[in-house]
Amino acid sequence: MTEFKALKLSGLEPLIITPESNFVNVGERTNMSGSKKFLRLIKEEKYEEALDIARNQVEEGAQIIDVNMDDGLVDGKEAMVKFLNLIVSEPDIARVPIMIDSSKWEIIEAGLQVVQGKCVVNSISLKEGEEEFIKHAKKVKRYGAAVIVMAFDEIGQADSYDRRIEIAKRSYQILVDKVKFPPEDIIFDLNIFPVATGMEEHRKNALDFIEATKWVKANLPHCSISGGVSNVSFSFRGNNPVREAMHSVFLYHAIKAGMNIGIVNPAMLEVYDNIPKDLLEHVEDVILDRRDDATERLLTFAETVTGSIKENKIDLSWREKSLQERITHAMVKGVDAYIIEDVEAARLEVAKPIEVIEGPLMTGMNVVGDLFGSGKMFLPQVVKSARVMKKAVAYLLPFIEAAKDGTTQSRAAGKILMATVKGDVHDIGKNIVSVVLGCNNYEIIDLGVMVPPEKIIEVAKTENVDAIGLSGLITPSLDEMVYLAKEMQRQNFTVPLLIGGATTSKAHTAVKIDPHYKNAVIHVNDASRAVNVVNDLLKESSSKKYLEAIKLDYDIFRTNFLKRSKVKDFLPIDVARENKYQINWKTSEIIRPNKLGIQVIEDFDLKKLEDFIDWTPFFRSWDLHGKYPAILSDEIVGEQASILFADGRELLHKIFDQKLLKAKAVFGLFEANAINNDDIELEYLKEGKAKKAVFRTLRQQLKKHEGKPNFALSDFIAPKESGIQDYIGCFCVSAGFGTQELAAKFEAEHDDYNSIMVKALADRLAEAFAEFLHKQVRTEDWGYAGDEHLSNEDLIKESYKGIRPAPGYPACPDHLEKLTIWEVLGVEETISVKLTDSLAMWPAASVSGYYFGNPEARYFGLGKIKSDQVKDFANRKEISVETAEKWLNPAIADQ
Amino acid sequence: MSKLEDLLSKKILILDGAMGTMLQEYKFSEEDFRGRRFADWHLYLKGNNDLLSITQPHAIAEIHRKYFLAGADIVETNTFSANTIAMADYGMEELVYELNYESAKIAKQVALELTLETPEKPRFVAGAMGPTNKTASMSPDVNDPGYRAISFKQLFTAYKQQAKALIDGGVDILLVETVFDTLNAKAALFAIDELKEELNSNIPVMISGTITDASGRTLSGQTAEAFLISISHIPLLSVGFNCALGAKQLTPHLEVLARKSNFGVSAYPNAGLPNAFGEYDETPQEMAEQIREYLEKSLVNILGGCCGTTPAHIKAIAKIAEDYKPRILKDQLNPETV
Repeated sequence: MTEFKALKLSGLEPLIITPESNFVNVGERTNMSGSKKFLRLIKEEKYEEALDIARNQVEEGAQIIDVNMDDGLVDGKEAMVKFLNLIVSEPDIARVPIMIDSSKWEIIEAGLQVVQGKCVVNSISLKEGEEEFIKHAKKVKRYGAAVIVMAFDEIGQADSYDRRIEIAKRSYQILVDKVKFPPEDIIFDLNIFPVATGMEEHRKNALDFIEATKWVKANLPHCSISGGVSNVSFSFRGNNPVREAMHSVFLYHAIKAGMNIGIVNPAMLEVYDNIPKDLLEHVEDVILDRRDDATERLLTFAETVTGSIKENKIDLSWREKSLQERITHAMVKGVDAYIIEDVEAARLEVAKPIEVIEGPLMTGMNVVGDLFGSGKMFLPQVVKSARVMKKAVAYLLPFIEAAKDGTTQSRAAGKILMATVKGDVHDIGKNIVSVVLGCNNYEIIDLGVMVPPEKIIEVAKTENVDAIGLSGLITPSLDEMVYLAKEMQRQNFTVPLLIGGATTSKAHTAVKIDPHYKNAVIHVNDASRAVNVVNDLLKESSSKKYLEAIKLDYDIFRTNFLKRSKVKDFLPIDVARENKYQINWKTSEIIRPNKLGIQVIEDFDLKKLEDFIDWTPFFRSWDLHGKYPAILSDEIVGEQASILFADGRELLHKIFDQKLLKAKAVFGLFEANAINNDDIELEYLKEGKAKKAVFRTLRQQLKKHEGKPNFALSDFIAPKESGIQDYIGCFCVSAGFGTQELAAKFEAEHDDYNSIMVKALADRLAEAFAEFLHKQVRTEDWGYAGDEHLSNEDLIKESYKGIRPAPGYPACPDHLEKLTIWEVLGVEETISVKLTDSLAMWPAASVSGYYFGNPEARYFGLGKIKSDQVKDFANRKEISVETAEKWLNPAIADQ
Repeated sequence: MSKLEDLLSKKILILDGAMGTMLQEYKFSEEDFRGRRFADWHLYLKGNNDLLSITQPHAIAEIHRKYFLAGADIVETNTFSANTIAMADYGMEELVYELNYESAKIAKQVALELTLETPEKPRFVAGAMGPTNKTASMSPDVNDPGYRAISFKQLFTAYKQQAKALIDGGVDILLVETVFDTLNAKAALFAIDELKEELNSNIPVMISGTITDASGRTLSGQTAEAFLISISHIPLLSVGFNCALGAKQLTPHLEVLARKSNFGVSAYPNAGLPNAFGEYDETPQEMAEQIREYLEKSLVNILGGCCGTTPAHIKAIAKIAEDYKPRILKDQLNPETV
């Protein structure tokens, strides 16, 4: 006997069915001939809701989904193609293989042409004769699908044991010998018919199926057996407890015989062992045809069985376990529904309330810490665990205060000060690190955002902290960190300094910060590393060795980095200007904006932004890495990402429905020309008077390969001397009004998870708003791209015409130009978005930038610039060279 | 068993490197691309590399020759975009048959000459069939996820025409490559399978997918194993991956294929990941050293290079491959594939 060949199917992910596999459950609810609801939704063209049905089935465990569009009043072919096209756009559904179900071959073939994975065709049979059967089987093979073969032939449907095996055998031989169809890709549907109908000839229906299944498995190698289970209980429609029991009993025996795939509604299934003994006996008598009066007896008995056996859908079995196990479960799963009850029970068992924290709660948190450390839990889960912990601690605090006798000491592993530096307002990452460290028994003193260095130093002293963590997102924050390191050295600090945030890097930390502080300076950019780093730093046994290793590592890194940066060649600024990007202004397409001047959008409807959201950075802010939507079905983080996504969308819809956040925007389009190579002069109206403003741009100075230009943004605007009138735009959008209040409200409820979530969402909405507005400007207000037709993916990939670079980002890393934008648009006066000392925007969830409409305009990275350009820039801007150096510092090449 | 299948179990076959990278060195101008024949063509032609098989056939032959001399057993025809769908950009749908036929002939001619010189090392030609520039599984319009810019039938028709021209031109293998959407590839396989039946041909088929990012999935979202399962219904000489990633990043995905596939396994990665200027700068030696890991782990039967690779890379890879035996092929025990 040869070894068994597995039936392999695929959606976005594989499904491999071997004799060892558990029974494979096919979702049956996206079936027009079986589900009234689905039928109605398709008829009414409510495809979104129809997709939800598919999604629910997958979420509830369907490993394959059956799609059937057979209905007299619907164009089945069109509906099948449309629905499958929509399904394959939803990674959380498309991860499973699809069963294309129709009695019409043309619908099946249309379905096969739109699904990339290996499907199952449901079904083909000998009903129309051998020739037709072979023709279809050949096609199925060529499309790369498996196939369900119905026990049906020219004479009719197999309704006895003998007919079932006769048709199965003949079909199998034709497929394997003549068509060379892989036997492992054959699935027989041996017809499940109702029992207990009262008709004598139906008595053996279930038993014949089970016996025929045994025969097929023994005699036709490698194939699978399937069937629609609900048929068997047809005569008990309306009595779900009995139907559920019948399904379970039938499956129990059919699976033992070799049935391995079935179309089953999981909600209509009772666990075999949970069926009450008397009901089980009556049902088994019917299914296995054990008594002549089995049907009558079950009918009589059925009248006594009412109501559903299984009412609770949520599994609460964990509530039966020991107190510690319950607390640990609540922590690991992030369930806060019972935590107060459990903590109260724990409090009554101990002498001092503080022992509940040190005992059961810490034990639970340690399990979370271990799981997180070993990669079995992900950040969003840990933050949810922290929510449970905080609720528990908040409940205990009054008791602890009351019991305080002066001897109770904090037993935290260490005290960490966390702060977002002066001038910076971004704190999502900092809050996540705080929560994770808090979960690991560190006491966190969080000073919030825009914290001046004096305050950090002062609190660090008075609180006697064990480490300081600094965070920042915008480039000027880097200098703040350097300043703080110098101050800490001057004041003889010894505690470790942790550096994190989006613009920070190991390179910057090693080259610019580390040399100024004799003690540990460590760049920590993800929350999971933070715990290990802090543990190692603060553990007496390892801290000295660790510190030395870190210092050495940064020293080597620094040396290598400086060596590497020396090999780069730079051009003097005037030479770089000669190599500017040349647009042929005679032929270049310059469109005059439809609406010149400034416009303000107050109280924008956030709902419009949902389709414009780029979700990938949202996951990144939670340390889940991967592209949306693929990340939702990622083998490792997919499950967590899906939960996070669902939670995020839930809060998002709450924000929409209850208008919890406000979005505003101001933007303007102006006549402009490039002047003096690198500047852009524009004309705007202020209080009825025409005024001029100049945007200073910076030019790439790195020596380029032959033929590659040295870009500056001014290259994309027609120079004054060309005599051609050109245009520029600028904008500021914010979706952040209300974020702070909402986050504070969640924090007050000890809900860090949603507090961080709301900030992450506000950031996404601000970006989406910028994208939305840019599109509106391109297609309407400026109107140079009226015929544009781009998908969200294209928008994220920025494949549109024209650009919207933002000060502080690669093409124009200088934040100073924001001041000009604020002046021109009157940003603060119109929409109340302010600039901090470091020129960060407040509220944080804001985006500002320029609009360039030339089709040749493109994004580029400025790279490093040299001191000659810095001096020139200072001259042009009429500021001191020192000021210019301060603001351009991160972009200036080392001497 | 054909000559190629026979060879495949004996040695690691070497595929060529990038055509585009080599063509850049010629710095062909718009006029060079046009040649005399297309001097008055109504559209801009620079960048239509496949057209060079007609307008600059000597350059194409020269590149093939360089790769063969560097140690390649198989070169790919200059036909990556020579299908009616991609050629629509240049208004050259009508030329598709000729492009494929001529490209196949150029490569085959070089292969025959060199095989004659060194009969102990037979040279083969694989007809390259690229993914086209449209995708059958995804919508280009976010507001209409059910929309498709191309249908299975259109892809099928285009691929069948391309495959026929390549076979007529004399290729030894058909290579469906840089598959970013499995449904496009399935249309190609459907066309090839039907064509083989019509021509009563037994031409071997290779398929090579592309894992587009670190998530380990194709652009259309499939994992490596799901991709393998989706294209295993047609007998294949090999299945593998190329492009998008460098040799190092490709390793885990090749491991999946090596473990789960009954077919030969091929790999032709890029010369590393692009640097800040979008250029590939991994040296032949660096790349070959990374490929050594494939060989140590016995993951592959066919090796070559994609974007950024040159004859020097192929030479380094061929040299290193000499010291290793190929991955053991089907029927030789491998519990996970039975």
